[in-house]
Amino acid sequence: MTAQKESHIFSKRPSMTGTIESITSCLFRLATYLVIICAGYIFLNIAINGSKAVFTTQAPFINIEFLTQKPQTLHVFEPKEIDAELKASKAQIVSLNAKSRNLGSGEISAAAELEQQIETLETKIDALDIQRKDGRLMYGDDAYRALNKEPSSELYVYSNYAYSGGGIGPAIVGTCLLVVGSIAIALTLGILCAIFLSEYSTPGRTLQLIRLSVLNLSGVPSIVFGLFGFGMFVLFFGWGVSLLAGWFTLAIMALPVIIAASEESMRAIPKGFREGSLALGASKWTSVRTNVLPYALPGILTSSIMGVARVAGETAPIMFTAAYALRDQLPWQGLEKPTDFFFQGVMALPYHIYVVSAKIPQNEYTRNMQYGAAFVFLLIVGFFALSSIVLRIKIRKKYKW
Amino acid sequence: MNTSPTTKIAGAGTGTPIIKIRDFDFAYGDSQALFDINMDINEKEVTAFIGPSGCGKSTFLRCFNRMNDLIDIARIKAGEIKISDVNIYNKDVDVIELRKHVGMVFQKSNPFPKSIYDNIAYGLRIQGVKKKSDLDEVVERCLRSAALWDEVKDRLGESALGMSGGQQQRLCIARALAVQPKILLMDEPCSALDPIATAKVEELIHELKKDYTIVIVTHSMQQAARVSDRTAFFYLGKLIEYGQTDQIFMNPRDPQTEAYISGRFG
Repeated sequence: MTAQKESHIFSKRPSMTGTIESITSCLFRLATYLVIICAGYIFLNIAINGSKAVFTTQAPFINIEFLTQKPQTLHVFEPKEIDAELKASKAQIVSLNAKSRNLGSGEISAAAELEQQIETLETKIDALDIQRKDGRLMYGDDAYRALNKEPSSELYVYSNYAYSGGGIGPAIVGTCLLVVGSIAIALTLGILCAIFLSEYSTPGRTLQLIRLSVLNLSGVPSIVFGLFGFGMFVLFFGWGVSLLAGWFTLAIMALPVIIAASEESMRAIPKGFREGSLALGASKWTSVRTNVLPYALPGILTSSIMGVARVAGETAPIMFTAAYALRDQLPWQGLEKPTDFFFQGVMALPYHIYVVSAKIPQNEYTRNMQYGAAFVFLLIVGFFALSSIVLRIKIRKKYKW
Repeated sequence: MNTSPTTKIAGAGTGTPIIKIRDFDFAYGDSQALFDINMDINEKEVTAFIGPSGCGKSTFLRCFNRMNDLIDIARIKAGEIKISDVNIYNKDVDVIELRKHVGMVFQKSNPFPKSIYDNIAYGLRIQGVKKKSDLDEVVERCLRSAALWDEVKDRLGESALGMSGGQQQRLCIARALAVQPKILLMDEPCSALDPIATAKVEELIHELKKDYTIVIVTHSMQQAARVSDRTAFFYLGKLIEYGQTDQIFMNPRDPQTEAYISGRFG
C-alpha cells in the first residue's frame, strides 16, 4: 500500500487545536511523572538508607537486634590518633579554603596549587575515615555494661549518642498495638453508624446534618484530636497516658473515613436485594445481615485500609495520650493486674522517629537509627494495607455480582 | 365518568374471593395514587391488572404485601384490604407473616448473588430451618414447580447470576414459592424477557394457578388475554372495569376500556 503523499481532504494541517492537544497531553504526562519521581525518590531514599540498619550481610539477613531491642545509648570509642589526624586535616582544609577565597583573580597558578593541596588532603581524609571505621568500637548499653574494662582513654576518644544504639522493638510493638486497637474500635462504631445511615435513617434535614458533621470531623487537624484526647481520656476519665486513651483518640480520627466509605459501599448494593429478601418475609435486620452486609464487606475492608493509613502515621494524637519517649518494659511485662495492660503508655514508631530526629543532634550514628525506624515504619503500614487489600480481593471474588 | 358502580364488589361470579378491597384510597405524600378501589380477587385464579403507564397498577399490587411501607411518604388514606378476611393494614398485623403468605416476583429479576440452592433456601433459612434434608426437598420441589429442575439440577451450587434472564426470573418465582405463599403477586414479570422465555413463564403461570392465587400486572394486553381469568383495567388511579377476561377484551362495557384495548391510547 503506497503512502499517501499528496494532500487530500483528510490531511493533517497545523492548527491551534492540534498544538494545544499535544501541549496538554505532554503536560499531563509530565505532571504524573513528576509525582512518581518524587514519591519514588522519597521511598528509595528511605529504603536505601534504612536497609543499612535493617538488613545485614550475613544470614539471617535481618538485623534482629534492631527490630527487637529497646533503644539504648550508643557508646562510641574512636581511635584517638586517627581522630586527631582527621581533625588536623579538616582544619587544614578550612584554612586552605579561606586562603583561596582571599586570592586575587589573577593568581591562577596559586589557586591551582591550593586546589591540588585540598584534593590530596581530601583523599587522605577518606583513607583515614576508613581506618577510623575499622578501628572504632561501638557498644549499646548492655554491651557497654558487660565490658570488663573500659577501653583505655589514651587510645580512644569517647562519645555517646542517645537512642542510637539498640533497636526499635518496643516502638514496633507499641505501634502495632495502637493500630490494631484503634481500628477495632473505629470499625465497630463506624460500621454500626454506617448501617444506621444507609439502612435505618429517613432522608431529610437531620440526616444531612449528621453526614455533614461526620465529614467535617475528617478535616479536624490531628493536634486538635490530641488535645481532645488528652483532655477527655487522659484527664477527665482519669485514664492517664495509656493505651486506652490512645486507642479512643485514634479511633475518633479514623471514624469519618470508615463511616463514609462503609456507607458508600452499602448504598452501592442494589435495592433489589433488599426488596427481594423483605418480600420473602425477612425482618429488616435479617435482610441487612444476610443480604446486604456480606456484599458490602469488600468496601468496608477498603475503608479499614484507609483508616489504618490515617491512624498509623499520626504523631500528634498519641504524643499526649499514649506515647512514651522511652520505656524499659514491653507492654506485657511488669503488670500488677491484667487490666493494667490497658492503662499503660507505650512507645510508638512515629513518636520515636520524631524524638530521634528532632531531639538529638544529627550525625552519622543517629542517621542509621532514624532511617532504620522510618523504613521499618513504612514496611509495617504497607503490610497492614497489603493484608487488607488481599483480604478484600478474596472476599470480592466470593461474592461477585 | 363514574365507573365504580358497575364494578362495585366486582368479580362476583364463580370463585371464592380471597382478597377483598373496599373503598381503598392510597397516596404518596400529597399526591393521591389510588381512588376508591372496590374489587374482589378470587382464589386460585389468575387476575391481571392492565392499564397505561402511571395508572397505579403496580402501586396497587405492592399494597397487597405492604411493600409500599418501604417508601416513607406512601400511606393509606382510606378503606381496607382484607386477605383471608383480615384487614392487612390493621395495627396488630405482623408484616413479616403477611409477606410469607403473599409472595412477590419483581419486574427486574433479582436473584441474590448466592448459589442457586442458597437462593431458594433463603426464605426457609431465615425462618430457622436448618436441616439439610428438609431444605433439599423444598429446593427440588420449587425448582420442579418452576420448570427449572431439569436445567439446573446438576449445578445447584453455582452462582445464580450465571443463568440467563429467563432462567433468573423463573428462579425468582421458585424462590417465592419456597415459603409456600397462598397468593403470588407478579409485577410485569416478563417485561425484561425475550418471547421464548416469556412463553415459558406464561406456561408456568398456567400450571401454578392450580395451587396459588396469582395477581399479575402486565403492560401487554395480549399477555393478559392469554394468561388471566379475570382482568381489571385501571386508568389514572381508578378502577375502570373489572370482569372476566373474555368479556373485557371482546365486549368491554366502558368506552375508556374499549379505547385502551383497541390501542387508541396507552
